[in-house]
Amino acid sequence: MIFGQRNTSWLTLSWLIALALLAPVLVMLFTSIGNFGELFSHLWQTVLPTYISNTLLLTFYVSLLVLLFGVPSAFLISQTQLISAKWLRWALLLPLAMPAYLVAYLYTDLFDYAGPVQRLLRASFGWQSPTDYWFFDLRTLEGAAVVLALVLYPYVYMLTRTALEQQDTSLLRAGRTLGLSARHAMLKIALPLARPAIMVAVTLVMMETIADFATVQYFAVNTLTTAIYDTWLGYGDMAAANALASVLLLFVLFTVVAEQKSRAGQRHQSNRPNFSGDKLALSFGQQVMGLVFCWLLVILGFALPFGLLIAMAIDYAQLDQLGQLAEIGWETLKISAYAATAAVALSLLLALFHRFYPKSLNHLPLQISGFGYAVPGTVLAMALMATFGPIDHWLNDTAEWLDWSKPGLILSGTTFAIIFAFVVRFAAIANGTISAGIGKIPHSIDKAPASLGVGLMATIRTVHLPILKSSVFVAWLLVFVEAMKELPAVLLLRPFNFETLSTFIYQLISDERLEQGAIGAIFIVLFGLIPIIWLNKNKH
Amino acid sequence: MIKKIIGLTAFAATLVAPVFSASADEVNVYSYRQPFLVEPLFNEFTKQSGIKVNVVFAKKGMAERLAREGEHSPADVLLTTDISRLIELQEKGLLQAVNSDVLEAAIPSQYQAQDNSWFGLTTRVRNIYTAKRLGDMAISYEDLADEKYRGKICTRSGKHPYNVALVSSMIAEHGEAKTLAWLEGVKKNLARKPQGNDRGQVQAIHQGLCDVSLGNSYYFGKMLNDDKQKVWADAVNINFPNQENRGAHVNISGVGVAKYAPHKEAAKALLEFLASDKAQQMYAETNMEYPVRAGVKKSALVASWGDFKADDLPLETIASHRKAALKLLDQAKFDL
Repeated sequence: MIFGQRNTSWLTLSWLIALALLAPVLVMLFTSIGNFGELFSHLWQTVLPTYISNTLLLTFYVSLLVLLFGVPSAFLISQTQLISAKWLRWALLLPLAMPAYLVAYLYTDLFDYAGPVQRLLRASFGWQSPTDYWFFDLRTLEGAAVVLALVLYPYVYMLTRTALEQQDTSLLRAGRTLGLSARHAMLKIALPLARPAIMVAVTLVMMETIADFATVQYFAVNTLTTAIYDTWLGYGDMAAANALASVLLLFVLFTVVAEQKSRAGQRHQSNRPNFSGDKLALSFGQQVMGLVFCWLLVILGFALPFGLLIAMAIDYAQLDQLGQLAEIGWETLKISAYAATAAVALSLLLALFHRFYPKSLNHLPLQISGFGYAVPGTVLAMALMATFGPIDHWLNDTAEWLDWSKPGLILSGTTFAIIFAFVVRFAAIANGTISAGIGKIPHSIDKAPASLGVGLMATIRTVHLPILKSSVFVAWLLVFVEAMKELPAVLLLRPFNFETLSTFIYQLISDERLEQGAIGAIFIVLFGLIPIIWLNKNKH
Repeated sequence: MIKKIIGLTAFAATLVAPVFSASADEVNVYSYRQPFLVEPLFNEFTKQSGIKVNVVFAKKGMAERLAREGEHSPADVLLTTDISRLIELQEKGLLQAVNSDVLEAAIPSQYQAQDNSWFGLTTRVRNIYTAKRLGDMAISYEDLADEKYRGKICTRSGKHPYNVALVSSMIAEHGEAKTLAWLEGVKKNLARKPQGNDRGQVQAIHQGLCDVSLGNSYYFGKMLNDDKQKVWADAVNINFPNQENRGAHVNISGVGVAKYAPHKEAAKALLEFLASDKAQQMYAETNMEYPVRAGVKKSALVASWGDFKADDLPLETIASHRKAALKLLDQAKFDL
């Protein structure tokens, strides 16, 4: 406690922010109370056990795969003399620009029985029917896991790479002088030290997986999200759907708590980041394997699906769409940027508060503000309507009573609701990234300015924010890209005559006419690339 | 500080898209139907009437949204793709009666709500597509559970509204127990887990993965008109099932006026336009559905598939078995 025991206004502000972000989740929980009724027992007796086991298995597979993809690639790029590392460094981030549902669509199209790959095989080998040969079925749980992992691994890659690069090299050198080989120093010192960052990334991936709907639907894999949709849209039982969503939230809570417990007590800080050039040399065989591994990730996660999109766009070129797409694209960029800015600002407030006032309950605002990430976009949208609707009604009734003109549904019926939904959904990403950044600032730095009589705000402005610049930027970038790709919440909350690139493409995909939306899909990917390239430039 | 907050709030408010204003010359539509289909219709309506049409396209959650918005809802007109959604809106009290001689005259009574809260605009048949290699045949929905089709049937998810409505009609005809047995039989005959959409099944037939699939009729026309998909459609025959007994299962796309519609007159005008000769003709040509208005010609392509007998089961009956149908699909673990 350097700057006094308490800061009431900051405390209040933190709790207000956290509660605002948590409000839709709370509304969801409250409507679910007492609704584990007849429908629930029907589902339990029929399909729910399968849905739950699918959800658990999918989350497990995806987590495993993103670790297998993300950690070795981060290690290779940051710690070894891999050829073309300069390119791979940012190319490995590219899949981040691909919406998972788009990749799912493109890959099922490519690898299905009726797709070009199997057609070619049949034509080449004279096979006639599915019984003549074996081919992997992409529309399975495993297939969905692979596709999700291909677009989600960049989280692990990015956070791990940053953690490894910012590590204190003196620790590694100490290990080496004590007799560890370079490789062992890496395995025994560097990676364990990067674990908090890796775990943050995996937790994000898990939440994203649990909340996914569009992708698993393409793969005909029924998960808990499917059950939520069925219950709400099929049976028309919103309360029971909320009850299921609450179960989903329990999974997440469990994951988050387990993750935090697993690294409790770990604290490592350094202000001497590892910018030195002493990287591991690789043998020829290691070079080849490393190159194949990294470039395959780039190709499968980005280049191949993007190539397919371009081929489609050329085949079905509809240039008259361009004007409309530019307009939609601009709207999409705008609301994504607002959401990213808001999310980052709120995260900074919460995370810095936790940093300077690390009392028992003060970590809660930061934690609970991230719960929205695991709520499927659709459920979140419904919860937001339930939250803002009454406020809107109250505003209109008050306006009427005062004889003013009625403002209309200014919260629930405008893009405000969409931006709010983005912030609720993606605050966890900003929190994770910014907290990780703050965690790496040594606490000794906090004390120095105080000893010189510099106040808290000045300390933050002159010391912490400059150090945090890159974390803040990464957080902004991640939220921005995710917001641009987000679909279900926008579908439900959008006002009249409003489209984002995602909703535009989704409408065509849902009618199996992605060809005609290929240009729009390319726009999403390209807009997603701008921040990735920008980030890369800033680093060098 | 307070000044700052007010300033920031005002700033934030200007960032948010302009609040929707209620003007007399416009009408607000919540649409389950896709833009490519309804936009030409709306453009024509605006041309004729001078009334601007604002649309939100949404497939999910419209009823919920409408209910939440309550009396402040800006929505005037609701366009849906199947009867269950109309009934859902009606049952939740989200629609209002529209009394119009024009609509009464244009739309046959079996395709209107008795309380005038909704109106059908087009009918859509649930066909069975069969591989051309099977030859011409008469087929019924009941046949799909026949052992001779073991491993030969492809379909989209059983939970899709089109299939749920079909299962509901089976319940109305045969009762729940027999329908469950039928679903289990069909599941046994599936060539693969239910997936994709109606066109994807025809594509699978073309590739030899299966012989029989369920699909709405207009997809046949759409595939024939698409250079790449024509080969799929060319591989199948389109069959109108149960011609020897109750007839083919038919659903409707329809329209209703929201209970608190701020532009009621404009909404009524839009409904009357959608039931007009001109609009019905556009529906038939653009989407290859069957217009409900008597005397409007089907598209030439659709007409070439021949006349058929439609199941005359009241649409309300189909909608009333909806939840039971969903439960049976769960019980049969149809999608798993």
